[in-house]
Amino acid sequence: MKQDHAQDRTKKYGMIIDLDKCTGCGSCMVACMSENNISFREDESDKLLSTAWLRIYKLTNEKPYPEADVCYLPRPCMHCEGHAGHSPCVSVCPATATDYDSATGIVSQIYTRCFGCRYCMAACPYHARVFNWWDPVWPDGMEKYLNPDVSVRMRGIVEKCSFCYHRLQRAKDKAYAEGRREIREAEYQTACTQACPAGAIAFGDLNNPEHAVYKLKKSPRAFRLLERLGTNPKVYYLSSREWVRRAGDNYLAQEATGAAKHQVENAH
Amino acid sequence: MKIDRRGFLAFGIGGTVGTALTPLPWKLMDDISIWSQNWPWTPVPPKGEVSHVNSVCTLCPGKCGITVRKVQDRVVKIEGLEGHPVNNGGICLLGLSGPQFLYGPSRIKTPLKRVGKRGKGRWEAVSWEEAVSEVAKHMAELRAKEQAHTVGCLLPEDQGSVAQLFSRLLAVYGSPNLMRQPSIEDTYELALYQMQGIIGRPGFDVEKTNFLLSFGSGYLQGWGSPVHMLKTQSHLLANAGQVVQVEPRLSITAAKAGRWLAIRPGTEAALALGLCHVIINESLYDKDFVGNYCHGFESWTDDSGQSQPGFKQMVLDNYSPAKTADITSLSPEGIMDLARSFAKATKPLAICGRGNGSIPGTLGEFMAVYALNALVGGIGRNGGILAVPEADYIQWPRPEMDEIAAKGLQQQRLDGAGAGQFPLARYRTSHLAKAINAGEEYALQLLLVAGENPAYTLPGTAEFKKALDSIPFIVSFSSFMDETAAMADLILPNHIYLERLEDVSPVFGLPTPLLQLCKPVVTPQFNTRHTGDVVIEIARAMGGGIAAAFPWRNYEACLKETLGGRFTKLVKDVYLVGDAPVRHFETASGKFEFINTEYKTGPAFTPIEPEGETASFPLVLTAYDSMRLAAGAVANSPFMVMSVDDTVLKRGDVLVEVNFQTAKKYGLAESSAAVLATPYGQARVKVHLSSRVPPDLVAMPRGLGRTAHDQFIGGKGVNFNDLIGPVQDPVSGLDAAWGIRASLTKA
Repeated sequence: MKQDHAQDRTKKYGMIIDLDKCTGCGSCMVACMSENNISFREDESDKLLSTAWLRIYKLTNEKPYPEADVCYLPRPCMHCEGHAGHSPCVSVCPATATDYDSATGIVSQIYTRCFGCRYCMAACPYHARVFNWWDPVWPDGMEKYLNPDVSVRMRGIVEKCSFCYHRLQRAKDKAYAEGRREIREAEYQTACTQACPAGAIAFGDLNNPEHAVYKLKKSPRAFRLLERLGTNPKVYYLSSREWVRRAGDNYLAQEATGAAKHQVENAH
Repeated sequence: MKIDRRGFLAFGIGGTVGTALTPLPWKLMDDISIWSQNWPWTPVPPKGEVSHVNSVCTLCPGKCGITVRKVQDRVVKIEGLEGHPVNNGGICLLGLSGPQFLYGPSRIKTPLKRVGKRGKGRWEAVSWEEAVSEVAKHMAELRAKEQAHTVGCLLPEDQGSVAQLFSRLLAVYGSPNLMRQPSIEDTYELALYQMQGIIGRPGFDVEKTNFLLSFGSGYLQGWGSPVHMLKTQSHLLANAGQVVQVEPRLSITAAKAGRWLAIRPGTEAALALGLCHVIINESLYDKDFVGNYCHGFESWTDDSGQSQPGFKQMVLDNYSPAKTADITSLSPEGIMDLARSFAKATKPLAICGRGNGSIPGTLGEFMAVYALNALVGGIGRNGGILAVPEADYIQWPRPEMDEIAAKGLQQQRLDGAGAGQFPLARYRTSHLAKAINAGEEYALQLLLVAGENPAYTLPGTAEFKKALDSIPFIVSFSSFMDETAAMADLILPNHIYLERLEDVSPVFGLPTPLLQLCKPVVTPQFNTRHTGDVVIEIARAMGGGIAAAFPWRNYEACLKETLGGRFTKLVKDVYLVGDAPVRHFETASGKFEFINTEYKTGPAFTPIEPEGETASFPLVLTAYDSMRLAAGAVANSPFMVMSVDDTVLKRGDVLVEVNFQTAKKYGLAESSAAVLATPYGQARVKVHLSSRVPPDLVAMPRGLGRTAHDQFIGGKGVNFNDLIGPVQDPVSGLDAAWGIRASLTKA
């Protein structure tokens, strides 16, 4: 009984991205940029210097024309749980600027604490973190569109996807004002989820059987990126194409994917 | 003191250890970083009251419903409107970029008059009164010289009240030269008129179809109403439907499709006819529809007693699977298999119009695809093609035309549409530049360009710019300093969509008629003015019968009167859904006509050869489209440029896709620089080796190579339209160029 209550309180927010539906259009990227005050520069073609939180990778099956196939894979922060909250980045941060919130499952980033050592960037196997090499500058007048819910980051710090944490705060405030203890599934959705024209992204509490993500993560099409590293990410991908699932697991031959993987897991 | 080796090492090591142990440097470093993070110029967005305004996005022809999030009087975020019939909450990159357009550096802030040489970017701010009277003066002078017909006007579309105001102005003034931006709408309109006799636009019921066969349409790359179409994939997955994409390049649309047929470029129409052959030959067609509602399927005798070959005969004679396979380079078995599965599906739908649909294509091809839909009974039913009639809410009294107007309107159109060789075409805007430069008919003396950027979007930019040079007076109504505005003599900047009140014309490809209203979300940020108001003011300044044709106080009064009781509803709900179209035919025979009885036009495979000779241009260059690049009148936003892959744009260079075999043949390595040449010119590019294109085909993205705008958007890559020109369909006269001969050499 006591345990049930504890489960009520503990959320594990996660995301399911259906790569069969995803068309790589890039709306999620721009929704994220607009929502989270991402700065831009004149030349954004060097992706190592870009500050986009969400990137879309292009996967190819490396076969010749016309057997070629291509699939796009949006990559937000995976909000790794690791084992008991030991996500790769959290473990190495000397400034406690990044932390794993066990109540929500969100890996936070506190910009004013970060002093830019970039250990976390080295530790992150997903390249989900970006560094501000320059001061953010908007053309004259353009800073008018900046979102007051998200602080503008300064030069010399690391930033990353926050699962639109400010939207969770907003939803909680609203629920509190209305005298509710729980927020509804639709009340907290990330900007990318909301924008996706194809409805390829689902977001919610992975612990809550009533949320869409709860069922989707158990799909035989589901896989996570680099699962063997034990990062225990909270972003799941769905694909009916075997080569895509293999690409997600970095092509290791011994790694079973899809239905075969589930058989292995169920056997344990 | 003498420093020996031991002393030196001890000092060195001691110093290093000491420095490492003392917290001072770390503390200093930390302090410096904290200090440098608190530069006062890092903006802190002010908080304030949050509100939401619903409106319509008109940045592209997609016309999605949007919810604009405001903090006090600032636009902070744009989201898709939930429950909207076009996009139901979804939104694309361009729509999301609205705040960047609103506050962006390439906005034109006040009316501008050119002072330096044309195109040099030297402007003088003028008052609105001065700007309006200047246009009126020029137009009145031309009219006095009986040159009214030499005024041209180029618009994105001819529907909606602002376009109708322009159309009315030109009519009472006396010019036949109203032009619309070319697209597949031109061809679809013609096909619909030829086969169903209806003036209107097609609606594709992609939500209900369970077999979508696309002849090269990039419906996941901006074809039709982009966000509406981006949902197709998800609808089909939900309907357990099938998708077949017929396209030479593995586009994302092809990659998402269940089946991709890598066809020989430019032969899509032959495949459509080949499929018809199999369906007719194996008697798989909808006998009820073809038997009772169609004409021209069987051969018939016309009024003059002449025997006319029917569609069935034509297809059975010429497009056997073996012959179709020869033309298309597909296998005969594959063609037969596709035809059978298409015909046996319960709700099949075939669409055409390559890429994002900016090039009209041949009428024969569109009629072939229409015929394919007709064979499976897909005309006017759920999950098929519906005919959405033209909106009729604009009912203004007919203006009084004076003698000059009547005379001017009798002149032939400069683009040659609707007369002579091309009686079917309503607009042939792609061929305007050629007509002007060839000195045909008469010279254009004044050009009004509103909401369009032809100097960038029309194929053959060099030819178009040359044509612009010969026009003495160019007026732009652009909100942004785009390529055409940069060539203008006078700019009368319009409010952008977030600042203005305007009706929104129907959405191409949507199966239900929709009337929408774009509402001002914020007050105008600069000294801009609604183009609707400016047109009325220009007319009024000219006086006489022209002024009398515009009796409204201002544009808002005109719009309110036009919409009548619908206005308040639209202000509240943003959109009104009209009645679903019912299947009907207004042709001479009162039936669906496989071959038009009046014009004898019908489904046909009209091969369009890419321009240029094989010897000096051994390759073929074709364009591809991506949702991350805006190839239309509205340019990319900084966010969109940021989203582009580094295999598409690297530094200032565009990467063209080249097959590994081709690259090997020309000694090109990944990311190496090359010169891409076509009969229209040459450009510096980089190559991206890819298995997505067949050997000897080079694919280049549309939407790069802007020369105007600002440093975030302009000066990146190459405009595909610099390297290609229009090639006319011999039947309709519309542009049907799908590629051009090219060569690629190591730079």
